[in-house]
Amino acid sequence: MIGDSIDNEQVELLLNDVLEVYGYDFLEYSHASIKRRISRLFGLDNFVSFAEFRYTVKSDKKYFKRFLEEITVNVTEMFRDPSFYKALRKDVLPALGTYPFIRIWVAGCSTGEEAYSLAILLKELNLLNKSLIYATDINPSVLEKAKKGMFPINYLKGYSENYIQSGGVKDFSSYYTANYTLAKFDENLSSKMIFSTHNLVSDRSFNEFQLILCRNVLIYFDKDLQHKVFQLFDNSLENLGYLALGSKESLDFWPNAKGYKRIKTEKIWRKL
Amino acid sequence: MAQTVINNTCSALVIGGSAGSLDVLLEVFPALKAEIDFPIVLVTHRKSGSDSLLTDLLKGRTSLNVHEVEEKQEMLPANVYIAPADYHLLIEQNHTFSLDYSEKINYSRPSIDVTFQSAAEVFKSELVCILLSGSNADGVEGLKIVNKHGGMVVIQNPSTALMPYMPQQAVNIVKPHLVLHSYEMADFINALNKKN
Ligand SMILES: C[S@@+](CC[C@H](N)C(=O)[O-])C[C@H]1O[C@@H](n2cnc3c(N)ncnc32)[C@H](O)[C@@H]1O
Repeated sequence: MIGDSIDNEQVELLLNDVLEVYGYDFLEYSHASIKRRISRLFGLDNFVSFAEFRYTVKSDKKYFKRFLEEITVNVTEMFRDPSFYKALRKDVLPALGTYPFIRIWVAGCSTGEEAYSLAILLKELNLLNKSLIYATDINPSVLEKAKKGMFPINYLKGYSENYIQSGGVKDFSSYYTANYTLAKFDENLSSKMIFSTHNLVSDRSFNEFQLILCRNVLIYFDKDLQHKVFQLFDNSLENLGYLALGSKESLDFWPNAKGYKRIKTEKIWRKL
Repeated sequence: MAQTVINNTCSALVIGGSAGSLDVLLEVFPALKAEIDFPIVLVTHRKSGSDSLLTDLLKGRTSLNVHEVEEKQEMLPANVYIAPADYHLLIEQNHTFSLDYSEKINYSRPSIDVTFQSAAEVFKSELVCILLSGSNADGVEGLKIVNKHGGMVVIQNPSTALMPYMPQQAVNIVKPHLVLHSYEMADFINALNKKN
C-alpha cells in the first residue's frame, strides 16, 4: 500500500522536530521521496493521527531509531550494475595499484554489499593487503549488519550472476560459507574494512582517499545539498583520485566539475 | 464524454503499462503531434538489463524528444520521459524528477502506483493518466489517488488489451473517465491541451 495521508506542511513540521531534538537534518532531502517514506511509515505503524505520530517521533528515543531506519532507503545489492564493477576492475583499481597504500571510502554503504564486492575485486587484483575500505552510513543499524558480512542466501544466485557479468571468473561461492538462510563472507574481506557512522549532511572530511564511492545516496538529496556533498568529497579526494556515483547520478551540474574528467561511459570521475 | 476531454486542462500526461503495453506504445507514439504542449511520462515494467531498449525503440518512432530520466531532470512540454529500469520515479513540486531505489511495490520497480500518486499530488486536476495492458494490479491504487485529486483517468479497453488483467482491475475498482482502444489513443492525446 502507498499512503496519502501526510501533507507537505506536516512533513516540514516533523523534519524540523527531528533536527531540533536529534540533530539529524533531512530538510534538504528530495521532497517527494522523503514525503513518501514518512507517509509509508505513518501507515505501517498504524498511528491514529499525525499529532500522535509527531509526538512519538519527538519524545520516544526508541521509536526515533526505527524512524531513522525506515526513513533512509537501505536497499542495496552485491555487484549492482555489473558494468560499473567491470570498469573498476579494468580501469580504476589497476591505476591505484601503483600506490603503496590504497584508501577507499564507501559513503552510504548501507548493509555493506558494495564494500564486500569491492573487497572481492581488490583481492582478485592482489591489492587487498595494502587497501583499507572506510564504509560509512548515517544509519547505525545497517552498519551493525554490514560488520557481520552475512547476506540472505536467496539473493546469492543473483549476486553470483552479477559477479560473472562484471568480469569475475572465480567460483563465487568460494567467498562465503552458507547455512540455510545466510551466506557469511570471508573474514579476510572484512578485515580490511572500517565501519563507522558518518552523516554526509553534517559531518566533515576525515581522511584523504584515492577512491570514493557514493552510489544511490545523492538521489535522495536536493541540488544544493548535492553540491555541498560534492565539496566534501572534493576535500576528501587526493589529486588523480576517483569519485564514483550511482548510475543515474551526475557531477555535471556542480560548478567545480571542471576539475574532474569522466571515465568512459560509467559514472566515474577522476580528479585532475 | 467528448466534452470532458476537451475541457480538461492537461499539464502532464503519465502513461503506465506492463506486459503487452509495448505494442500500444509503438502504435501510439508515431501518431503524436510534435506540438503537444505538455510533458509525457512513461512508466513500464521491464527487466533491469534491458535498460535503454524502450528509449531507443521510441526515439526512432516519434518527433518528440525522448529521454531516459536522469535524477533532477526538469519536465518540459513536448518531451517524453521514460522511467529508468530499477528505480521508482517521483515528481517534485518544481516539476523535476526524483529517483528512488526503495523496496519494490507490487513486485515492481519502477512501480506505476508510485508515479501516478506522485504526479497526482503535484498536478492535481491537471493530470491525465493512462493505464495500459498488463498482468498485475500495479497502477490501480495510483489511479484511485489520481481520481481523488480530480485528475483524469483513462484505461485501455481490456477487451482488446493483450493482457487484460491490469486494465480490467482498474476498470472494476476505479471509475475511469474514458476506456479507449489502442487505436483511439493517439487522437485522444493529440486533442489534450494545456490551456484552452
Ligand atoms: C539506497 S542505499 C545505497 C547503498 C549502496 N551505496 C548501493 O548503491 O547499493 C542509500 C544509503 O544512504 C544512506 N544515507 C542516507 N542519508 C545519508 C547521509 N546523510 N549520510 C550518510 N549516509 C546516508 C542510507 O542510510 C542508505 O544506507
